[in-house]
Amino acid sequence: MTLDLANKGQKLEVVNIPDSSIRAQAIRLGIYEGARLICSEKLPAGPVILQNRMQEIAIGRNLAKKITIKSI
Amino acid sequence: MNCHNPISSMDIPERAKKIVLAGNPNVGKSVFFNALTGLYVDVSNFPGTTVDISVGKYKDSVVMDTPGVYGVSSFNDEERVARDVILFADVILNVVDAVHLERDLFLTQQIIDMGIPVVIALNMMDEVKRNGLKIDIEKLSKELGVEIIPTTATKKEGIEEVKAALDRAKVGNRIPQIKTLMDKVIDKVDIEAEALLVVEEDENVLSRHNLKNEYGKRDHIYKLRRDRVDTIVDAIITETNEGASFKTKLGRWMLKPLTGIPILLVALYLTYQLIGVFVAQTVVGITEEIIMGQYYYDFIMNILTNFVNEGSFIGQLLIGEFGILTMAPIYLFGLLLPLVVGFYFILSFMEDSGYLPRIAAMVDRLLTFFGLNGRAIIPIILGFGCVTMATITTRLLGSKRERFIATMLLGLAIPCSAQLGVIAGLIAPLGTKMFLLYAVSIFIVFVLTGTILNKIMPGESTDLLIDLPPIRMPILKNVLQKTYLKSKMFILEAGPLFVLGAVIITILQYTGALEIISDALAPITVGFLKLPKETAQTFIMGIIRRDFGAAGLNTLAQQGLLNPLQVVISLVAITLFVPCIAAIMVIFKERSWQESALIWIGSFVISFLAAGILAHIVL
Repeated sequence: MTLDLANKGQKLEVVNIPDSSIRAQAIRLGIYEGARLICSEKLPAGPVILQNRMQEIAIGRNLAKKITIKSI
Repeated sequence: MNCHNPISSMDIPERAKKIVLAGNPNVGKSVFFNALTGLYVDVSNFPGTTVDISVGKYKDSVVMDTPGVYGVSSFNDEERVARDVILFADVILNVVDAVHLERDLFLTQQIIDMGIPVVIALNMMDEVKRNGLKIDIEKLSKELGVEIIPTTATKKEGIEEVKAALDRAKVGNRIPQIKTLMDKVIDKVDIEAEALLVVEEDENVLSRHNLKNEYGKRDHIYKLRRDRVDTIVDAIITETNEGASFKTKLGRWMLKPLTGIPILLVALYLTYQLIGVFVAQTVVGITEEIIMGQYYYDFIMNILTNFVNEGSFIGQLLIGEFGILTMAPIYLFGLLLPLVVGFYFILSFMEDSGYLPRIAAMVDRLLTFFGLNGRAIIPIILGFGCVTMATITTRLLGSKRERFIATMLLGLAIPCSAQLGVIAGLIAPLGTKMFLLYAVSIFIVFVLTGTILNKIMPGESTDLLIDLPPIRMPILKNVLQKTYLKSKMFILEAGPLFVLGAVIITILQYTGALEIISDALAPITVGFLKLPKETAQTFIMGIIRRDFGAAGLNTLAQQGLLNPLQVVISLVAITLFVPCIAAIMVIFKERSWQESALIWIGSFVISFLAAGILAHIVL
């Protein structure tokens, strides 16, 4: 499934990030293929917030639709 | 020195050792910069970019600050500047946020992979304790192979130790597989650090050396580095307890619309009280009317009337109604400067506190309707202060398409503070109904224009991908320093353009062209907008200074020439057409010639069309 379908509080693993420029920027913030993260917040129709320890990243909804994840 | 070094064109002594500060955004680099360099700091624009770099001296070395980045690469202007400064450093002081090691160590490891000697300041140690974390610093130092000094820079803890450690900086433990890749290209570049960026497919560094992207393994290298950082972090951090602190909760509240919108409204109200009430009325009342309008004006007039005749062309040019020694400085320093300082103060405060990225995330969804992402909220908020400075900050947006849309919306539908004051004064006595009519008209135009631009502009806008830093109480000194730097940049950029604008207007007025344009506009004003002929003159004034236009309407209304509906119609027109002459010039400077002309002419058409439609509906 894609990241926009994740639920608040869900633990997930990132499976695929299609765009290479986004992939390079995201990996520096700890989001990469194989990363295990928590969906800590989801704004109504807006960005998905991913959390890894104390680190939080906001990902726009359109981008979230392109990122494949699986539930863990 | 070699021909590929972009910082060689900066004014730096040849032999001096270059100590470069590097780190992620908001990790406290500037506190270290200030501690090392003291007062004598030179801020200069980095060649070929819009980014400012601070340079100072520490003993016999030169200290350079870099913009906060998450890695050394070239995704935007800030990163390109940071990259070039870091590449040619002799020693790097890497400031790391101890609470966010998994994020910050990516940059650290990348710098180590470059083979440049490093010292690490492990900052914000006070927050480590507060968040229930424990870091094995000795182990981290062993893993990375460089010296690590725990610091709490805001309390001056560890700063002296960092200074002492700079002489002991050394090359850390590089990732062996990456070193092997670099060795294959090392003879194709000038310095070792560049080899890393060649294998990381950095296009600028590749083209500097006339290399093709054939050594590139960016994904592979980033993954190796990410794995190593995660392994290190797992080994050195223990969480002694969990549970969200108040700051974490506050951060969440700021994000969620249900609580975030009320918080934003309170923040905007406080901003309004500071900028709209205190600065715009009290401070500007003193700076514009008394200091500049009386003391400065009298001073200049006393001197210059001895040499030039005020009525002559030269006299008009220098000290006339729109003179470069009268109107330009009075407007720039008396009115604009206090407003700009106020706005940048608020903005820097929000930036350093970690609130700004949360506002951006909260409004992201809304702004995607206009082909923008959440980051565009910054120029939009700034636009209510001064459209000219807001136009400069559209640089932070990700693509040309977004910068165009944001600039168009700013020029069109955001009234600046100078104008807001007069508009409010004019519309308040007319009652709520008239106010709503005005506000709704502007809002509709804003939404329609944004939506249509998003539909017809080719290409796609960039997506939101931002780090949400922890909520912190900003350090006043840093906020003030940022405010100073940004305000100074604004005056340096907008000032000359404003003077040029004053010259153009004086020429138009002196040659009678202003009168001709005003008369030519009359059919539109009278026929289409159903307004008296005199409003044409007011519109022209509105281009020169936005609040002049609104003030002119005030006079017309007092003379009984405008009824309440006509006031609203003319205000809609004056709000919508492109802002004052300084803003127009800045738009022409920031955007391409064609884009600027499109924005300029487009907003005239839209403003008269919207006001005309309104006139035909309500009158």
